[in-house]
Amino acid sequence: MAEPVLQIRDLAKSFDALKATDGVSLTLKPGEIHALIGPNGAGKTTLMHQISGALKPDAGSIRFLGQDILSLGIAARARLGLGRTFQVSSLIPEFPALRNVMLAVQARQGSSFRFLRNVMHDRALIEAAGSALDRVGLADRASVPAAELSHGERRQLEIAIAIALGAKAFLLDEPMAGMGPEGSRALTAFLDKLRAEAPILLVEHDMDAVFALADRVSVLVYGRIIATGSVAEIRDDPAVREAYLGDGV
Amino acid sequence: MTRERLLTLALLATLLALPFATQAAGYPFYTTLATRMAILALAATGLNIALGLGGLVSFGHAAFFGIGGYAAGIVATHAMNAEPLFGLTVPASMPLVWIAAALAAGLVAAITGAISLRTSGVYFIMITLAFAQMVFYFAISWKAYGGEDGLSIALRNGFPGLNTAVPRDLFLIAFALLLAGLVIFWRVRVSRFGAALQAARQNELRVAAIGIEPFPIRLVAFVLSAMITAVAGAMFAELNRFASPSMLAWPMSGELIVLIILGGTGRLAGPVAGAMLYVMLEYWLGSITERWQFFLGLTLLGVVLFARGGIVGLVAGKPRHG
Repeated sequence: MAEPVLQIRDLAKSFDALKATDGVSLTLKPGEIHALIGPNGAGKTTLMHQISGALKPDAGSIRFLGQDILSLGIAARARLGLGRTFQVSSLIPEFPALRNVMLAVQARQGSSFRFLRNVMHDRALIEAAGSALDRVGLADRASVPAAELSHGERRQLEIAIAIALGAKAFLLDEPMAGMGPEGSRALTAFLDKLRAEAPILLVEHDMDAVFALADRVSVLVYGRIIATGSVAEIRDDPAVREAYLGDGV
Repeated sequence: MTRERLLTLALLATLLALPFATQAAGYPFYTTLATRMAILALAATGLNIALGLGGLVSFGHAAFFGIGGYAAGIVATHAMNAEPLFGLTVPASMPLVWIAAALAAGLVAAITGAISLRTSGVYFIMITLAFAQMVFYFAISWKAYGGEDGLSIALRNGFPGLNTAVPRDLFLIAFALLLAGLVIFWRVRVSRFGAALQAARQNELRVAAIGIEPFPIRLVAFVLSAMITAVAGAMFAELNRFASPSMLAWPMSGELIVLIILGGTGRLAGPVAGAMLYVMLEYWLGSITERWQFFLGLTLLGVVLFARGGIVGLVAGKPRHG
């Protein structure tokens, strides 16, 4: 079997008495979508923060592409290829959509200390950014400042940024949140294809999307993973039904 | 042509025409006022890179302004007395002063910036203020260069082909330096570096999450900003024939911030508009009442409450980013 792209072992993080992450181990394999589900407050975003480098775990290890990344900061992990989107959209509000993506292309090329050239005349930068925008369906909104985009469009823009970074693994924190049914369906179809480019660790509340997309599902409750398995296995797991899915599913 | 570009050209044309028109009308004193406007605009243009583009509210740029002033004073003094400096004969040359001013201020900015930029918000404001006050107290205790009395420049440093004792020649030098400063600001603003700098102002986390470290970007911006302000400081001392300790003191830092807010934070023409308005208020109101700064305060209040983008924002609207 292929080496996992991302390997997390025995990760632990406490805030005072609260164990937000309690011995979490999970892997992300090439080409898969691994969904992370769980009730509110289960510690999903806290886990994402530790993977991306925004929070430092108390114990455990995180390996990415065979390298221990625990000592690296957010920017260094991003340069290695961790492409993260945020639960609450995090963009450059005054910049138009295109320039938000251009900044990611610039970061990927590792060239932020250039002073002489006008970025708006930089063909390579504009074309690469434009094609990423096009892929998420935002091409016609390229010149609209991020602050003026709709909620759903901002989520799409975040994904375009992660694509433009040439991410080797995507960490998507509730990409469907706040999207209408139409938008969710379109994004589901898009993510379905995106996994061929790089595996996706997907935190999501939209169960239709999770069940349609996930190769594997892990269920996080009170900072612990209580089950990992295929969609069918998770649906039938009694502990999961009790803890999370409830009777309705 | 955009309204912002038109406004920039109009302001610069007005500033350039001012000494010629007023001299023809028999008011030669305005040449000095116009020179003062150009120099303060240049100093604020330097600060505008850190504050306007980078969002780094430096309350210590007086230090760099003053370092430039003392560079001019020290070079002029040594040249006049034919005293060698570091074992070298010193020519009374403005370009030499500018290089010395920029290098000295750049070095101080690199050291203080490396420490200050680990903080943000109010802490950054306070730590930059503290460093500037250290430079101020250092200068007033340095008896060799005038201490609290400052350093007089009996004879201005020279510039090849021009007579710096002639007000109009001095104005042209200051105006050319202002143009150079504006070109640097503009190139920074539209470059990749400027994109990262402006993005880090708006959303530091996003910039880090795509793999760009904000710290080195900001440090380079801070150093560049200090170097430009230092060259302006050198010209300010030449204009007044005096490197005053007050150039280093905190009210000067505040004045530069006020110029930028009046004119338009982060806008190319902001410091030019701000400096022209400020010097006019200072001169006209100052001739009517000693309490002219009260009216400056009212003007500032009006801008902050009703025209957040300053004069440039009022005329040209919000900034465009491509």
